Amino acid sequence: MHQNVENITWVFIMHEMSLCESVLQIIEQQAQAQQFHKVKTVWLEIGALSGVEPDAMRFSFEVVTNGSVADQAKLEIIHIPGQAWCMPCAREVFVEQLYDECPHCGSHQLQIVGGDQMRIKELEVE
Amino acid sequence: MCGICGCGEGHNHSHEEQHDHEHAHDSHGHSHAAEHSHAPGLTQARMVQIEQDILSKNNRYADENRRYLSERSILALNLVSSPGSGKTTLLTETIIRLKEELTIAVIEGDQQTARDADRIRATGVQALQINTGKGCHLDAHRVGHALQSLHPQLHSLLFIENVGNLVCPSAFDLGEAHKVVILSVTEGEDKPIKYPDMFHAADLMILNKTDLLPHLDFDSEQCIKYAKQVNPKIKVLSLSAKSGEGMENWLKWLRVELELQRIAYD
Repeated sequence: MHQNVENITWVFIMHEMSLCESVLQIIEQQAQAQQFHKVKTVWLEIGALSGVEPDAMRFSFEVVTNGSVADQAKLEIIHIPGQAWCMPCAREVFVEQLYDECPHCGSHQLQIVGGDQMRIKELEVE
Repeated sequence: MCGICGCGEGHNHSHEEQHDHEHAHDSHGHSHAAEHSHAPGLTQARMVQIEQDILSKNNRYADENRRYLSERSILALNLVSSPGSGKTTLLTETIIRLKEELTIAVIEGDQQTARDADRIRATGVQALQINTGKGCHLDAHRVGHALQSLHPQLHSLLFIENVGNLVCPSAFDLGEAHKVVILSVTEGEDKPIKYPDMFHAADLMILNKTDLLPHLDFDSEQCIKYAKQVNPKIKVLSLSAKSGEGMENWLKWLRVELELQRIAYD
């Protein structure tokens, strides 16, 4: 079990748990289509604004993949920074949270343009 | 086998292959043999590119639901909130006020029990209960099946009362026209920045239980400010489902949104 798990509330684990179930479904579908029987590494792209807690994701991944084609697979999380379009400044800015203000003008008129994704990028399989 | 997704009892989605998959089959197949200590002749590791959104399957079902709803001019609203915000009371009070004028149906999501669906049915409208068990949200596939059983009428209003939870339901598109987040004034004005994803995903926020404001320290202005910080486009309606104060604006919003749903776009 992941060492930080005691700091994560149950509701967050529930969230990541269901996301990991979707990850496993996609992996199992791919295992059939692409003829592999073991997954060694899974690379996920997780945006800073996706609402996903990487530690909870690691914990859930271990639980959900137990006994599956991805049992014992290593989970690599690629962090994607949050990006937004500031309407008053008319330029792209980096943000950490959905409620952040524009670092240049202080406006909240920000449109998220990146960092809200959660994608399975790649698998190492055999 | 159902008509919406073709799934059987065992939930084997035979139609899956018809969809466009984003992944490239047998993509760059460079071997990592040197990194492993396999004996000759054993399977070697290879890389498989997937490039697929984790929620892509849910999103496909959501698109099917959206098509089903728009073809029938059904306005579907996904009501989300934490437990105890007064969602079911808001729903029953709304239904009582509108049921002579509009056709209304409800899909109820809860982890356990049919208590809320029973409350809705007592108002005389159709309600279908989905128990999610350990699941913390409704997903588009379950809602698709619920639509099949419920058969909401043409030009009707469909409320989907999601599981009381401000986290998970934000990520799951059900094919609804809008997410409506309900926040009660007993909950603390900082909820929008504590659970930003939900307030970011919603188009309308209902600030409920305003009849209790005289007894609380709740700062409505600050709460609305936080909500707009997370989502500058969010609209806010303050009301009390219990006393009826502010309900008229909510009913007006529903009527206008239903009218918009009736426009037959090309």
